[in-house]
Amino acid sequence: MTVAWSSPPLPMPWYPARVEDAWLETRTARTVVLDVPGWPGHHAGQHVDVRLTADDGYTATRTYSVASAPETGRLVLTVQLVTEGEVSPWLVGEAREGDELEVRGPIGGWFRWDESMPEPVLLVAGGSGVVPLMAMVRHRSRVGATQPFHLVYSARTPDHVIYTNELFALARTSPGLRVDRLYTRGGLPDEAREPGRLRPEDLPAVDAFPAPPVVYVCGPSGFVEAAAGILIGKGHDSGAIRTERFGPSS
Amino acid sequence: MDIVTRGFVGRRSGGDPRIPPGQYLERDFPVLSAGPTPVVRREDWTLRVTGVDGSSGRLSWADLHRLPVEDVRTDIHCVTKWSKLDTSWRGVDVEAVLSAAGVGTEGATHVLAHATGGYTTNLPLADLLGGRAWVATEYEGASLAAEHGGPARLLVPHLYFWKSAKWVSGLELLAQDSPGFWEQLGYHEYGDPWREQRYVGD
Repeated sequence: MTVAWSSPPLPMPWYPARVEDAWLETRTARTVVLDVPGWPGHHAGQHVDVRLTADDGYTATRTYSVASAPETGRLVLTVQLVTEGEVSPWLVGEAREGDELEVRGPIGGWFRWDESMPEPVLLVAGGSGVVPLMAMVRHRSRVGATQPFHLVYSARTPDHVIYTNELFALARTSPGLRVDRLYTRGGLPDEAREPGRLRPEDLPAVDAFPAPPVVYVCGPSGFVEAAAGILIGKGHDSGAIRTERFGPSS
Repeated sequence: MDIVTRGFVGRRSGGDPRIPPGQYLERDFPVLSAGPTPVVRREDWTLRVTGVDGSSGRLSWADLHRLPVEDVRTDIHCVTKWSKLDTSWRGVDVEAVLSAAGVGTEGATHVLAHATGGYTTNLPLADLLGGRAWVATEYEGASLAAEHGGPARLLVPHLYFWKSAKWVSGLELLAQDSPGFWEQLGYHEYGDPWREQRYVGD
């Protein structure tokens, strides 16, 4: 089965971007709002290349998931600090209103969701893997889609949860959205679940949905491997599971 | 260059002429895959080679291991911007694999590599010949781990690493180029790290 090439494509341009706002989500994760004139928009789940330029022309580029629902001219990133990293320390510790950088994208045609996909959706997030999944949740709410969405979000402790208030509010106000948090190191005092890494009972089986869901799993590699193994064991088809692994990329 | 990012200095670990533009040095070995890691048992592993005339041949795990193995020490470059230097692999030259499968390359210009789970990636045939590509079964002196493509993956280190298909299960010879999985989703059809051919049109 082969596919023909279309006409020669143009390279994606670099867009100048200006920091419009930034705030800490947790002690080590920061949301950065970028004003990007000419930005064409993206699909929920996609990512962008971010390029920083020092005053002598030295550049460094890294890839970050987009956290915001698709829109033109504006992008929101949420960046987890990688201590040994090169770009994330600037975004998390330094970036402030008016700062300039460049973005290129959107990138990624596989790990994405839009309202034309009829299936229910299961989202499985490990740590900052919630970021591209949050773009999907936000987009679903924005367009008023009704596909059942179930987010299972694993974090170290409650204070490592990103978007905690927004997720709480959305789960109460968006019909068909369910959010389950679980903690690997320690939870709240009244937590029914014993803290610990993802267990089979933490993830819904394929028949918990009205139709087999499309599944998006994002997080550190070990988490993604464990989650995918559990999901397959609970009847999900491996072809329905889309993964995005965070390496020790910085 | 008119953008300057206030307060950004950078790590400047670069300067190593072996690191292509836009890449940084990584000491770990990140895993990147579009789906769950397939479990392929060696006794079930086969590599199917198909020619442009429709002829085909198969190699089993045992067949592959009857072919001469080579030790390869090479740098690898992932499109997500990490590079690893001096990685060690063991595998069989793709040229030897093609002859052992008994499928001629006449009329072929490109190859679509197939992987368990449905992944595909396209390469010019010439890039798989001349001692520049292997079917690798060992990494750093041990059996290749499943998450890194074991039991066997393609190893084409002069291109971005998505071209080195993990869990390789087939080599389909083509009379013309045809995009694979990532190449249909916005990534470059060739993927030369030294020319930074990351995305479509680069």
